[in-house]
This record gives sequence, structure tokens and C-alpha cells, in this order.
Amino acid sequence: MVHIKRVVVDVLKPHNPNALDFTSAIAEKVPGCRIKLTVTAMDEKTETVLLIIEGKQVSFNVIAEGISSLGGSIHSIDEVEVENGPLDETT
Amino acid sequence: MIEQLIWLLNITRSQVIARRYFIVNGFDGALTILGLLVGFYVSDEVRLPVVLNACLGVAIALGVSGVSSAYISEAAEKQQELRELEQAMVTDLGKSAYGQAARLLPMFIAFVNGITPLAISLVILLPLWLAPSVKPFGTLPLESAFGTALIIIFFLGVYLGQVSQTFWLWSGLRTLLIAAATTALIFISSPG
Repeated sequence: MVHIKRVVVDVLKPHNPNALDFTSAIAEKVPGCRIKLTVTAMDEKTETVLLIIEGKQVSFNVIAEGISSLGGSIHSIDEVEVENGPLDETT
Repeated sequence: MIEQLIWLLNITRSQVIARRYFIVNGFDGALTILGLLVGFYVSDEVRLPVVLNACLGVAIALGVSGVSSAYISEAAEKQQELRELEQAMVTDLGKSAYGQAARLLPMFIAFVNGITPLAISLVILLPLWLAPSVKPFGTLPLESAFGTALIIIFFLGVYLGQVSQTFWLWSGLRTLLIAAATTALIFISSPG
């Protein structure tokens, strides 16, 4: 079975919620995931961020819904790491 | 529901607006009832039910006016904010937290704006209601209500001091000074 292990997305979001609240809100929706956010560009009302989501089995749909419910929109999927095999419980 | 409301207040930074409405309309309500009470005090021989009914009418009008005016203005403001953000994001935010905030927050802010002057007015009027059954209020009902108004105005000042992080006593005394000036103006302008 194919599992998404890591996904990097380019997101345009309003300034609020800020980076901390934004990542925390998404992390709440995907337990067991590790999320890293980097602000890459800043505008008057918006900012572009790079989100790196890692986990044993990342549910991209849940993350996309989470981003959009917080007012963000995914511009591009920049990097993906998937694995075909049984779910590794040790990683 | 409450958690969601707090979250929406946070992301739209609307808690400042709600707090401002609470203070502004709370002060407005307290000072209006204070003015009415002083007005009745300088007009001799006014029966207590007349005072109570007039003050209650004003309190309800303040509440309804607070709800309707804040809802109309805040709904327009939030819709405009949402439109501007949608233009910047080049996307529809209707289903996002921002869309939810644009629908829910005007109602919450209107509630705060309406309930504050109504609740404060009712507390000030409490001595008038209790006058027939509680002796100290029965002998000096208008004076007791006036005192309650001053206490509430002082505490609104103290709260303002906490918000602005200035000395609480000075802030409380400043609002009391405004109440005193209002009272003095009514006494001076009273024809009788």
C-alpha cells in the first residue's frame, strides 16, 4: 500500500492566524505528523509559506482541507515522498 | 462553540473591538442612567414607579440600539474585510474561518454592545426595585441608585486602567470625575 511520508506544499495564507497558530491548527487535524513552516514571502495582506509535513501516513486531503478552512490556498505541491509497503511502526 | 468563537476572535483580532464596545457602551449606559437619576432628583416629588419605568425604558432602548447599530456597522465592516482579503488571496473565503467570522462575529459584537448598557443599567436600577422591601434603599432610593452608578463607573475606569496598564486608582478617579461633571452640569442647567 502506498503511504505518503513527506509532502512539501507552497501555500498562500492571510497574516492571521500567524505561523504558530496556523501550524498548530493543522497539526491538530493530523495526529502523529510533524509540520515545519517557513515564510518565504510577505505581502500587505498575505504571506507565502512553505509547509513541510512528515509522518508515517500523511493524509493530504485532511491537510488541504485544514489549510483551506484557515483561509489558505495551496499554490503548488513542491516535493513528495511516498512509500509502497507495509506501514512501518518504528518510524 | 465558545472555543470556536474565541478562535475566530483571535484570528480576526476582533477581541479588541468587542472590548472597546463593552467599555464605550457600558460607560454610555451608566452615564445615561446616572443623568436620568440626577434629573429626577432635581425634579421634586417624582414617584418611584415613574422613575423606575422611565429608567427601564431608557435601558431597554439602549440595549436595542446597541444591538442593532453594532450589528449593522460590524456586518458591513466584516464583509468589506472579507472582500479585501478575498481579492488579495484571489480565492473565495466563504467556507473558511474568515467567512465564518464575517457571519458570526457581527452577531457576537452586537450582543456585547447591546447587553452591556442594558445589564449595567439594570444593576444601577436594583436599589429602586428593592426600595419597597429593603430598608436602606427604601429611605433613599434615588441616592442609593446614584451611588451604585458611581461605583460601576469607577470600576469601568479601573478596567480601562488595566487595559491601558496605567495606575488603576487614577483611571477610576478619572471616570468618576466625568460622572461628577455630568451631575454638576445637570444641577446647573436645572431650571428649578
